[in-house]
Amino acid sequence: MNCQEIFENLSDYLDEDLAQIKCRELELHLKTCKNCRVVVDTLRQTIELYHSIPSQKIPDDVRLRLHRIINLR
Amino acid sequence: MNKNVHTDDELIALIRGDDSEALEELVSRYEDRVYNLAYRMLGNKEDAEDVLQDTFLNAVRGLDSFKGKSSFSTWLYRVAANAALTKIRKRSRREKSESEFLDDVYSVRQAAHSGVVLTDWSTNPATSLLDEEARKELQKAIGELPEIYKAVFVLRDVQGLPAADVAEVLGLSVAAVKSRLHRARLYLRNRLSSYFAEEE
Repeated sequence: MNCQEIFENLSDYLDEDLAQIKCRELELHLKTCKNCRVVVDTLRQTIELYHSIPSQKIPDDVRLRLHRIINLR
Repeated sequence: MNKNVHTDDELIALIRGDDSEALEELVSRYEDRVYNLAYRMLGNKEDAEDVLQDTFLNAVRGLDSFKGKSSFSTWLYRVAANAALTKIRKRSRREKSESEFLDDVYSVRQAAHSGVVLTDWSTNPATSLLDEEARKELQKAIGELPEIYKAVFVLRDVQGLPAADVAEVLGLSVAAVKSRLHRARLYLRNRLSSYFAEEE
């Protein structure tokens, strides 16, 4: 696998959705290619970062207006 | 009506019989998820509230067209995603054009290929990665995603829907969902790389 193929498969790899044989090829490439390793690590960190953002709860005033509108429809 | 017992389908049957309590229950069950989806796609409270109201009003008015071929949640997400996309198209453009976006996505591949040494910020202290400013930068970058990439990203990676459900909601193939999600993630990675590299 070359760098270009690595780039195309990174999300499947991080989502554990990559065929085992491709996974082994990708990991073999990562052992020797520092830049691809950096991209994998920072992409993984990006995903973790936005998963750490708390879900936006609906504010009470917005909830009240919604229920009023639904009941008045 | 005994709350938290009825399935979505049972609630819908009750709503069709004009049961207002059932409607309240169904709205309460999904309002946080719809609001979060709208907020992540639009990036501000006012637009998110408009989309929230449009979604539930459209859903209630269109409930007769819900035939149960997909789950109610998938159908509601479709109504919500369409309301959010309509809102995005109406307002002044904050998103990048697709060609600008793709240039950015693939710039890292070219940089890596040309031998530039990429900055590894993944080992930065957690305090710097998770601070308020970094989160704002990430939210801003999500706001720049072209609309269809944003819809895929928010549904799949923020709301946590399976790729097959995202495909059904947006009328795309699963392969197209995966490819758009991957590009969206690469774009966000690049934006954060610029941000953290500047900090060093």
